[in-house]
Amino acid sequence: MSKKLLSGPYLIWMVGFTVIPLILIVYYGLTDRTGAFTLANVVSIATAEHAKALWLSLGLSFISTLVCLLLAYPLAMVLRKRGIGKGSFVVFIFILPMWMNFLLRTLAWQTLLERNGVINGILSALHLPTQSLINTPGAIVLGMVYNFLPFMVLPIYNVLCKIDDNTINAAHDLGANFWQTLLLIWFPLSVPGIISGITMVFVPALTTFVISNLLGGSKILLIGNVIEQEFTKGSNWHLGSGLSLVLMVFILASMALIAKYDKNGEGSSF
Amino acid sequence: MKRTKDSFKRLVENFYLVLIMVFLYAPIATLMVLSFSNSKSRTQWGGFTLRWYGEMFKSATIMTALQNTLVIAFASALLATIIGTAAAIAINTMKPLPRTVIMGITNIPMLNADIVTGISLMLAFIAFGISLGFKTILIAHITFNIPYVILSVMPKLKQTNKSVYEAAMDLGASPVYAFFKVVFPDILPGVLSGFLLAFTMSLDDFIITHFTKGAGINTLSTLIYSEVRRGIKPSMYALSTIIFVTVLVLLIITNFAPHKKQEGH
Amino acid sequence: MSSLIDLINVSKSFDGTLVLDDLNLSVKENTFVTLLGPSGCGKTTTLRIIGGFERADAGKVIFDGQDISNLPPNKRQLNTVFQKYALFTHMNIAENIAFGLKIKNKPKSYIQDKIKYALKLVNLDGYENRSVDSLSGGQQQRIAIARAIVNEPRVLLLDEPLGALDLKLRQDMQYELIRLKNELGITFIYVTHDQEEALTMSDTIVVMNQGYIQQTGTPEQIYNEPENAFVADFIGESNILHGTMLRDELVEIFGAKFPCVDKGFGTNSPVDVVIRPEDIDLVSPEEGSLTGVCTHLIFKGVHYEMEVTTPDGFEWLVHSTDMCPVGRKVGIHVDPFDIQIMNKPASEDEEAVGVNE
Repeated sequence: MSKKLLSGPYLIWMVGFTVIPLILIVYYGLTDRTGAFTLANVVSIATAEHAKALWLSLGLSFISTLVCLLLAYPLAMVLRKRGIGKGSFVVFIFILPMWMNFLLRTLAWQTLLERNGVINGILSALHLPTQSLINTPGAIVLGMVYNFLPFMVLPIYNVLCKIDDNTINAAHDLGANFWQTLLLIWFPLSVPGIISGITMVFVPALTTFVISNLLGGSKILLIGNVIEQEFTKGSNWHLGSGLSLVLMVFILASMALIAKYDKNGEGSSF
Repeated sequence: MKRTKDSFKRLVENFYLVLIMVFLYAPIATLMVLSFSNSKSRTQWGGFTLRWYGEMFKSATIMTALQNTLVIAFASALLATIIGTAAAIAINTMKPLPRTVIMGITNIPMLNADIVTGISLMLAFIAFGISLGFKTILIAHITFNIPYVILSVMPKLKQTNKSVYEAAMDLGASPVYAFFKVVFPDILPGVLSGFLLAFTMSLDDFIITHFTKGAGINTLSTLIYSEVRRGIKPSMYALSTIIFVTVLVLLIITNFAPHKKQEGH
Repeated sequence: MSSLIDLINVSKSFDGTLVLDDLNLSVKENTFVTLLGPSGCGKTTTLRIIGGFERADAGKVIFDGQDISNLPPNKRQLNTVFQKYALFTHMNIAENIAFGLKIKNKPKSYIQDKIKYALKLVNLDGYENRSVDSLSGGQQQRIAIARAIVNEPRVLLLDEPLGALDLKLRQDMQYELIRLKNELGITFIYVTHDQEEALTMSDTIVVMNQGYIQQTGTPEQIYNEPENAFVADFIGESNILHGTMLRDELVEIFGAKFPCVDKGFGTNSPVDVVIRPEDIDLVSPEEGSLTGVCTHLIFKGVHYEMEVTTPDGFEWLVHSTDMCPVGRKVGIHVDPFDIQIMNKPASEDEEAVGVNE
């Protein structure tokens, strides 16, 4: 069929620039500079420096994901109630920051948090002691939550919008109060959205190097920073690829979760 | 009693909405305000000025980066739209198995971490012997843009009525003519929103560009990154404001224009 | 028998549009009451106000002597069967049915017994572990009913529960619902726009239009003695004619005199006359009170549907098992007790309240 030929350029493109590059990462990750097979790059995640970065990344992205979830769920519920269908302006307002250049968003927080930044400026104008806000794990979490919150709101909002009002009414009708309905109806029915939101926040948070660079200073290294430096400064691509492979294990795990809970793609952002 | 409880609940909800909105927009608003302040201090209003905008437009580095960004965004969106739309049409006629495989590959760049996509592309360019520069940024952007186009066009294709196409051929149209006369107008909104989405994504990208750009070329994102690490200059605020407003306008077009069109039916 | 539910002067508007205007309704214990009317007549809103999903802007809801106007749905002793069933798709059938009982912390064995009993009642024994998605529309409907009745509500509210089912299934479920109501001995308040459904199942029909109650009565009363042209037109097919009440028990239609059984409309007063198509006898021209020509004929299975045009241009709708070929001149005869006389709306205002076409 001639129509199938139309996918030719795309298939060639995807093989050349998606599949082969991924294979290359695996190749680099499992070889040393001489091209011989080694697990050293992958295993090096266990060295103190790398393990610390990985644990810190996992910890901070876990906290950020949790904070995002706790902020986003009530927000999504209120938006569902107020939004009345998609394309509503209220909803748009809360999704909009998702599309803004995330360097700018991080830059904005840097401006606010810096030692002589806006917040400290206001504090000293009020004759209050200035705080060291930037270059702390807290600043990184703040940056992550700020950057990724809309990614949590959108899938949860989408899945909540699919819940029929009468399903909720039925639960009330059968005697459930607000909290019982939340626990027994809202939560179970919104699992696909929650899972999808968690993945959309956790993966970029886990792999970021920009937020930690701009808000964490040079002292706090996340796994993303370690990998980035191997490619831009250290020039040990094999080590960088090996560590990327470790990261990809976590990403694949979350993709598997999506596939399991989100069969219809209902939680995705489109 | 009940009514006051209801209005209290509404009050709490509104308070929460406003709180989150402040959290989301206050930092951006701060940037915008600072971009007009005639003072390098971040805490003192030095009077209104367009000085930073002037400086920004005079800076050759910024203007070159802006040009690169726009050219790459436009070219990558255009090529991605052509390749992606053709692919979507083909995928739509495929049997379930190849379709699932291809859609799976399509999803990789969307679900994978940007850092991994960026690194893998960089490794591939070097392995293929393509020197990093404008070309590689363009290829990288097309790569991550195509999936957005496919995912915008596919739903429209599914909605199109197959018998309209068949009717056109029944009336003597050639397949190509029938496609452009009756199918394409139907999927056009999806193609357009795919293009705009791709354009926005390209405009917005930092991480993948960071790994695939090589030395000596900058887009706005990578320029901001290198400038910011050296210390923020107010002209960066002016640039941020302009980018934010541009993205806002683009998004209002993508989000609300197709809806209007559907309502017209 | 005292009433179980009373709506007193209930009004409700949405976005400035008045949906219910000063509505009064009283429902007796252990009856099957149907709220019947076209879409937008306020019947569903009425039901939702009783269920507690909407709050009336004005007026009261009295349940068993108590004002429940401000009680949330979860505190009301009644249960609802929703239009599209609203089953919990993330739970199996048993969990769906057990939901209300678990909320009330009933013992496990009690819940098990109730599930069994309810499934038996709706003819779905053994379906405990099935998923909601594996059931057909009709089966889901039965589960929705089972889920409601295990809570032993004193009133069951049903919002167009059969609307999504196909014709045959709908008819089966109608009998099923009547049987259920009789077995359970509780009050059913049923909302539908389907007049046949209403006539088949109800003890009492409340015909609504534009937020007003048009008529309340037994199915026979509603069908045979419609109080206004709206009810006559909405329930079944009918010929609604302008007539003049010459005196008691005699009405003039298109210049012809028809004896009837209605009294008390005064003399020479304009009235609306309702004659059901099946009550018209086509006779030879000499025997009829009016003569006309058959202008239309369709075979409908049970009967023939014909149109007879009289010289004044009115097309009479006639149902009969006897056929009259198109073009034949016939006489129209109606037995006195088949003629229903109604007051004409006196003013524009009354017209709005009463008749809306």
